[in-house]
Amino acid sequence: MQIKDEIYKFFGGIKPNGHKNISTLNPIKKISIPKKLIIPVRQHVGKMPNIIVSEGEYVLKGQLIAEPVTNVSAATHASSSGKVISIKKEDIPHPSGLPDMAVTIETDGKDKWIELEKFQTSKLSIETLLEKMRFSGIVGLGGATFPTHIKLNINKINTLIVNAAECEPFITCDDMAMQEKTDDFLLGIKEVMNLIKIPQAVIGIEENKPLAIEKLSKSIADDNSISLKVIPTVYPSGDEKRLIYLITGIKIAKEKRPAEYGIQVFNVATLISIARFFNHGEPVISRIVTVTGNVKKPNNYEALIGTPINELLRDAGGDTNKEIIMGGPMMGFKLPSTNIAVTKAMNCLLTITDEMENKPSYEMPCIRCTKCVDVCPAQLQPQELYWHAKSSQFEKLTNDYKLFDCIECGCCSYVCPSNIPLVQYYRYAKSEIREQKQSLDIADIARERNDFRLLRIDREKRERAERNAQRRSQVSEDDKKKLIDEKKAAIEAALNRTKEQNL
Amino acid sequence: MTIIDSPAIKKRSSVSIIMFTVILTLIPALLIQIGFFGYQILGNLFFGISFALILESICLYLQKKPIKLFLNDFSAFLTAWLLVISMPSTSPWWLIAIGIFFSIVVAKHAYGGLGSNPFNPAMIGYAVLLISFPKLMTSWPESNSINLNNFLEISTIIVSQPFNYVADAVASATPLDAIKTTLFLGNTIDKNITSFNSSSYQLISVFYLLGGFYLIFKKVISWHLPISFIGGVFVFSMILFLIDPTNFMNPIFHIINGATLLGAFYIITDPVSSPTTIKGKIIFGILVGLITVIVRNFGGYPDGVAFAVIFMNICVPLIEKFSQPKVFGYE
Amino acid sequence: MIASILILLGITLIIGITLGYASIKFKTEGDPIVDKIDKILPQTQCGQCGFPGCKPYAKAISNGEADINQCPPGGDEGIHKLAELLGVEYKPLNAEHGEPKPKSIAIIDEETCIGCTLCIQACPVDAILGAAKQMHTIIEKECTGCELCLPPCPVDCIDMQVIPETTDNWKWKYPIFKINQKNKHAN
Repeated sequence: MQIKDEIYKFFGGIKPNGHKNISTLNPIKKISIPKKLIIPVRQHVGKMPNIIVSEGEYVLKGQLIAEPVTNVSAATHASSSGKVISIKKEDIPHPSGLPDMAVTIETDGKDKWIELEKFQTSKLSIETLLEKMRFSGIVGLGGATFPTHIKLNINKINTLIVNAAECEPFITCDDMAMQEKTDDFLLGIKEVMNLIKIPQAVIGIEENKPLAIEKLSKSIADDNSISLKVIPTVYPSGDEKRLIYLITGIKIAKEKRPAEYGIQVFNVATLISIARFFNHGEPVISRIVTVTGNVKKPNNYEALIGTPINELLRDAGGDTNKEIIMGGPMMGFKLPSTNIAVTKAMNCLLTITDEMENKPSYEMPCIRCTKCVDVCPAQLQPQELYWHAKSSQFEKLTNDYKLFDCIECGCCSYVCPSNIPLVQYYRYAKSEIREQKQSLDIADIARERNDFRLLRIDREKRERAERNAQRRSQVSEDDKKKLIDEKKAAIEAALNRTKEQNL
Repeated sequence: MTIIDSPAIKKRSSVSIIMFTVILTLIPALLIQIGFFGYQILGNLFFGISFALILESICLYLQKKPIKLFLNDFSAFLTAWLLVISMPSTSPWWLIAIGIFFSIVVAKHAYGGLGSNPFNPAMIGYAVLLISFPKLMTSWPESNSINLNNFLEISTIIVSQPFNYVADAVASATPLDAIKTTLFLGNTIDKNITSFNSSSYQLISVFYLLGGFYLIFKKVISWHLPISFIGGVFVFSMILFLIDPTNFMNPIFHIINGATLLGAFYIITDPVSSPTTIKGKIIFGILVGLITVIVRNFGGYPDGVAFAVIFMNICVPLIEKFSQPKVFGYE
Repeated sequence: MIASILILLGITLIIGITLGYASIKFKTEGDPIVDKIDKILPQTQCGQCGFPGCKPYAKAISNGEADINQCPPGGDEGIHKLAELLGVEYKPLNAEHGEPKPKSIAIIDEETCIGCTLCIQACPVDAILGAAKQMHTIIEKECTGCELCLPPCPVDCIDMQVIPETTDNWKWKYPIFKINQKNKHAN
């Protein structure tokens, strides 16, 4: 498909204050190895992987500590060498605040790598490479954490779109990664293009990153298959389907995948980790985290997975008593406690600023001003979704108003003059609808099993009755007489025996 | 864990800011009105707004809602203002009180308060008064030019009339009313509209137009409703005018006179009772224009904006159901 | 006067014949309303309604023998849906038939189980695996929480465990908010 030069403009979107330049003043800082690493076992979308280490075992850096179970699952590795001191439920960064299994490693400071397997990508088949990737721990590092080897298991892709938009305010980790790790980044793009034979790639980057744009345009100047497209700074241009529309003009609905249109989208950090894995055999053991907001020295940090976030906050001069949001201000959630560690999905730690604290929080009634309709990037009717979700009338939401097309970007709540937390209502409605569908499925199975059980009992009864009837009808009159005579003789013989014994 | 806070940042806007902007744009027209007719309108406004706020507080208290919070959004303020300027400035205080009662208590709070009223509250109050007291509601004062002395004579702030008030030579009919009586008497219309002393009300309408443009510019209201309403009035009155110029007035007359411009920018754009979809707004505006033209020319009342708006408010859920736009990706 | 009586009689006759013909010609097989009611019921097969299973209860409702508010696992939502389907008034849950309980599944204490198969015969959805003199166990996914296996067990080794909330089955709750105490400008 031909990539046209024009940039399309999607409906809606907002332009909040970016606050990006406060965290891009200094280069990425490496955090020293912490004393304890708390590595959650499941950091991706899919099934919980199998833990293959035990307490007391000594592990090396990059050693596999949990292997993937089925296809939609990814591996987890030790981020540094040390001894496993506990495998139990720990606090994880999740909006519910519920704990999940985690492996705690006490580091020994030596940071000894396991022997990494180096392989030549050109000499191995795609299936072998994807099988190796399954154990590499690479997931979508933009926040979605979908296992990448499944996304690469598709052929007939003719465009690779690189998501370098980073549209949410305050977050700058991809920006700094593109400036400092440009070689790995471009290598990652090339590896993916060679792996599944993609002819062209487009990097979609917002115009508020001039340094990265300059560096990238110089590096790809003599490569015809990679092009750079600068898109206007609108939130949420980094959403997958909006980005595809901006660059190619194709609108994709919720039910369809971009792969069906020959497009695949990857994040900057994911591509960098693909490059490290294919060229050095390194699994995913660290990521770049932006620490910003109400801190004295906002900065980007390269932290090992499992580093307690208190270390990052202390280095940035933050106050650990203030509330912290994981992710950006629009789609992030408040962390339930600060006793947690860096995971693969953590792209930003945002300490609440005064502006956020003074946000009015009383929900007034909806006055149908339709400011939310004007900004929704999915062209939905947020006020209709709100009324139905608020009164818990879930029937019309899925098909008529297309609730599941909502990407929960938060643009509607941002502009609402009545301070209604619209996105929370949609999340509640989506959970309830999913649970209702699950209950219906379970009920259907229970009904089938019950019906079968009744059938089985009936059948057994019938068979027993048939057998009895058969037995009774088989025996003829003479045989019956013989049977009665035989029985009489046996009884007499027994009586005689007892008489003899008594005598 | 259910105390929510996503997203964490918010654009600075609220219901009170929207209402306050609308009220600000009404002030120039109010000043022109004081210039022509004196301070009486200000007295009416003062009384009407305070009465409205008192009624609203009582209703909120009975519904156990936080009073200060809801009074601070200027919705009752705006409803009272729109109702008072739709009534003649010589109206007695008890007329205003009845109108405000129906607007605030019956049309707004009986249906559930802010955001739940299916009908435009100011128009309900106006319609009740028009049907119950037709003589009082159609005797408008007359004036030819702006008299600067009007700004100094504060003695006319409130005029209380006895119950058996009879129209005298001071009160006269609006241009629309005059047309209706002329036709009723069997005469044809003289095309010369300057024979009506209507320059005062026409000038006030022009200021409503300017205020409306400012609101569209500031994105407080969208342009679809006003433009489709004015367009509807224009087209349908043009059709009637072309059929029979002797019995129907020309379209410009219909737009400048009466409540067309006030209605286009301030009355039908009430967000709670108008449709939320863009196609729906255009259909709504055109149909309100059609019904206004029909009531003006064939109905029993001189001005049909109020009834047209109330009638179309009933049809809003149906209009919304059939004008839903397509979602991203389903086109 | 006679003419009007005859005309009305004639019209009544025509309508009656049409209706009779329609009821014979367009008769539907089976009873779809029973299936519709059964679809709403939660299929726990617990018998708390007084009938041996959900299908018999659905039949009883359609016959008018039972009321719509006898199913605790269906809860208030189920009663509302039944009321809407049948066009009757909503009634709160009849406390005689039990209280709604949080969703739980049964678990067998393997130390105490003697392998008597009494619970296997009692389970309405065949969710217990086992044979005579062999260990019995409950298949978690199929257990509906009906508690019918608890009474027959002679050594009382079956317990009900409430399903805990984990990150797998956690769902967003209805949003509530608090008025920010220190925030004076709530507009």
